[in-house]
Amino acid sequence: MIIGLALAAPLITSYSPTVLNPSQGLLAPSLHHLLGTDELGRDVWTRLLYGARVDLEIAFLAVLASFVFGTAVGCVAGFFGGWADVVAMRAVDVILAFPFFVLVIALVFILGPGTKSIYIAIIATDWVSYTWIIRKEILSTKRLEFILAASALGYRPLRIIIRHLIPNVITQAIVYSMSDIVFTILTIVTLGFLGLGVPPPTPEWGSMMSDGQQFITSHWQLATVPGIAVVIIGIGLSLFGDGIADRLRVE
Amino acid sequence: MTRGMYIRRRLLLMLPTAFGVTLVTFLMIHLIPGDPAVTMLGVRATPKAVAALHREWGLNKPLYEQYWLFLTRVVRGNFGVSLFYNSSATGIILSASLVSLSLIVYAVVLSVVIAVPLAVLAATHRNGISDQAVRAIPLIGMGMPSAWIAIMLILLMGLKFHLFPVAGLQPGVLGHLDSLFLPGLTLSLGIAPLLVRSLRSSLIDAFDADYVTTARSKGIHEYRVLIRHAIRNALASSLNILGLQIAFLISGTLVVETVFALPGVGALMVNSIYRRDFPVVQGVTFVLALAVILTNLGTDVVHSLLDPRVRFE
Repeated sequence: MIIGLALAAPLITSYSPTVLNPSQGLLAPSLHHLLGTDELGRDVWTRLLYGARVDLEIAFLAVLASFVFGTAVGCVAGFFGGWADVVAMRAVDVILAFPFFVLVIALVFILGPGTKSIYIAIIATDWVSYTWIIRKEILSTKRLEFILAASALGYRPLRIIIRHLIPNVITQAIVYSMSDIVFTILTIVTLGFLGLGVPPPTPEWGSMMSDGQQFITSHWQLATVPGIAVVIIGIGLSLFGDGIADRLRVE
Repeated sequence: MTRGMYIRRRLLLMLPTAFGVTLVTFLMIHLIPGDPAVTMLGVRATPKAVAALHREWGLNKPLYEQYWLFLTRVVRGNFGVSLFYNSSATGIILSASLVSLSLIVYAVVLSVVIAVPLAVLAATHRNGISDQAVRAIPLIGMGMPSAWIAIMLILLMGLKFHLFPVAGLQPGVLGHLDSLFLPGLTLSLGIAPLLVRSLRSSLIDAFDADYVTTARSKGIHEYRVLIRHAIRNALASSLNILGLQIAFLISGTLVVETVFALPGVGALMVNSIYRRDFPVVQGVTFVLALAVILTNLGTDVVHSLLDPRVRFE
């Protein structure tokens, strides 16, 4: 539903998320402005909806890219073993040794501000989880009869991996990716909060929170509302993830 | 395998990871094309400053020699000179670490204080209303940005009811405890949901275990069974969860210390990023990764001491 709201943002709201209107600044919630306006006269409800687009899009795409890359590396490491496995797992260990957010923020700092840096930083740190999960699953699946049979039939490794291994090991990674999206949204919001996220004037929940923080005593809704949006998205995605997990387990 | 051999093996396994961490922190600056010295100095890049940095970091030499230089300095605990403070980055990082360390310890204590009663409540009334409610906590808690929790706590407990200070660090032990309460609570609310979940399931396991049945059949009071036998064992198995959360807690200090204006490493990292103080950013990144590696090692060792069932494979 939230995704629907985000996509339909221009239809639901008549205000622009970026046009400034200082004379209408810091209005209290009313019928014209459902959640009031911020200090620059922008409608908070509008910015919230457009912000959902920005945060969700980055989170989905970054997790998708990490998922694909991490799974590919995990397959190669798990299936072939040997030095490929050693190299991949050392890399995974090293990246996991860094506190996730510390590495992301350091990479964003080095690459400079901007959406592209956020993508690179998240993907560079996030793929390791998928490699870790997939490799572990492959190591236990690889010894099962049907895989041994496929190898005995002389199928090429690529065919075995794609046709036989991936359908059997991907479940765990899909289930994990749901909570990973929530976590990635938190990361993007936190970057935005610290002023290292998506550059203004693009509406983004994290920067909305930090902008609202200075008006906390007089206009508490400015900082509160974006956080509630994140929590709702988190609950929604977690329930969705549980649903997917149950369904995949049944099959 | 004996315990001594196990610990020694864990230490050896740690080395390649630590080595990799130095490689990543070293390569950070080389990710950007161009002269690292100019990148590092930014607006401060006068020809003289650039030349000095070239000399200090051996930037004219081949990459592997630069890495060797970096490695020998890191081993001696030298991360260069802060571009902002103009003093040793290591000293600045170390003094900030103490604040963050007390914050993290505080947060862990608070999260145990929050999680244990909730988990006991849920596990003793399995599938009841309180259990359902407790099981819903992770669902909500996992999705809360710590920045937002911090703002809400400031709003409610600091500004509305004036219960706790909302910024800065007051001197003395009591002052520390007082001013670190809200930041510690913010961090602990981030890990408490996970802890509640794992404690609940290990408590339920413990209630079904033979040693609890034995204790009950000996006529020991239910309350004592709970505290002496069930909780103790459940906490030991949840220790791993806490150990794994150290990386999360450290990440959390970046936001929490910034919001509450505490002079810890997290805020130091964020502020050094604003100031483009590269040596400090690099040093903090390395020290924090090292802290994670050592904590994981420590958790494994402590866990092997607490739980006789750990097999040393």
